[in-house]
Amino acid sequence: MDTIDRLIINQLQSDFPICETPYQVVAERLGLTEACLIERLQALLDNGTLTRFGPLYHAERMGGALTLAAVKVPTERFTEVTAIINAFPEVAHNYARTHVLNMWFVIATESLAQQQNTITAIEQQTGLRVYNMPKLNEYFVGLKLEA
Amino acid sequence: MFTLDETDLAIMHATQSGLPLTPHPYQTIAKQLGLSAEEVMSRMINMQEQGVIRRIGVVPNHYKLGYRFNGMTVWNIPDEVIDELGEQVGQLDFVSHCYHRPRHLPEWPYNLFAMVHGKSQAAVDQQIKVMSELLGKDNQGHEVLYSTEILKKTGFRSGG
Repeated sequence: MDTIDRLIINQLQSDFPICETPYQVVAERLGLTEACLIERLQALLDNGTLTRFGPLYHAERMGGALTLAAVKVPTERFTEVTAIINAFPEVAHNYARTHVLNMWFVIATESLAQQQNTITAIEQQTGLRVYNMPKLNEYFVGLKLEA
Repeated sequence: MFTLDETDLAIMHATQSGLPLTPHPYQTIAKQLGLSAEEVMSRMINMQEQGVIRRIGVVPNHYKLGYRFNGMTVWNIPDEVIDELGEQVGQLDFVSHCYHRPRHLPEWPYNLFAMVHGKSQAAVDQQIKVMSELLGKDNQGHEVLYSTEILKKTGFRSGG
C-alpha cells in the first residue's frame, strides 16, 4: 500500500458521486487519472485491503429486521453449536468473543416475526438461551479508518 | 417507512456486492437491468435521500489496515442519560458503531454498546480511558469483549 492507495482509502469512504462518470470526477479531485483510480480500486479489492466498494444499504429502512444476539456456549460444545447456528441463513455474522456470553451473531430477516422464529429455532436446536439485544437507539454508524 | 418497488430492489440486488469498476458504472448497471442510466441514478439518489443507502464508498478491511484490536465495549448507563451520553460517545472519532441495546438482568447489565478499533492494545486501552472519563460517574460498570474468531461472515452488509 503506497500513498496513492492511502489517499484513495481515506478519501473514498463516503460521498462517491452518483453521476455519469463518477470515477473521472473523483480522480480529478484526487489528482489522479480515471484509469489509475479504477485500477487501484480493483487491486485493493483483489488483495483484500477493501472488503467492498459500492453502496451500503440500511436493512431496517427497507422493511427488514436486524438484531444482535448472544449465547453462552459450554466450551466442549463450541464446534457443535457453531455449526448449528451458522447453518441458519438468517445468521449473517457470527463472532467468538471473550466473555461468558461467548458467541455473538447478527440475525437478518425480512420481518420481526421471522426474527422471533429464528431465535426460537436456535434455542430449540441448541438447547441454549438466546440473549436478544435488538438496538433501541442508534447514535452513530460509520467510521473513517485512517489508512 | 420508505417502500422500495421492484425496480429499486433490482438496483439494490445489482449493486449490493459492489459498483462496477467501469468508467460509466451506473450505465453498466442500467444495461444489466434494461433501464436507462438516468433512471438508475435518480432512483439511487432518492434511496440515498431516504436513508436506504447509508453511503457509497470503500469498505476497508480493518485487519489489513493494521487495526487488529477490535473491541466491543459495553457500558451500564442510567436510562435517563443514555441518549445524551450515547450521542457523545458516538461522536468520538475512534467509535465505529454506537447503540443503545436492552439489558438482560442480572447477568447482562450493559445497555450502551460502542465498537472501537486500534492498531495496538495500548491504543484501545487509551480509547477506553477516554470513554470512561467522558462517562464519569454515569458509568456504572463496563467490559470490553474482543473477537477471538470470525465464525461466519456473509456478504450481507447493513452499513458501517
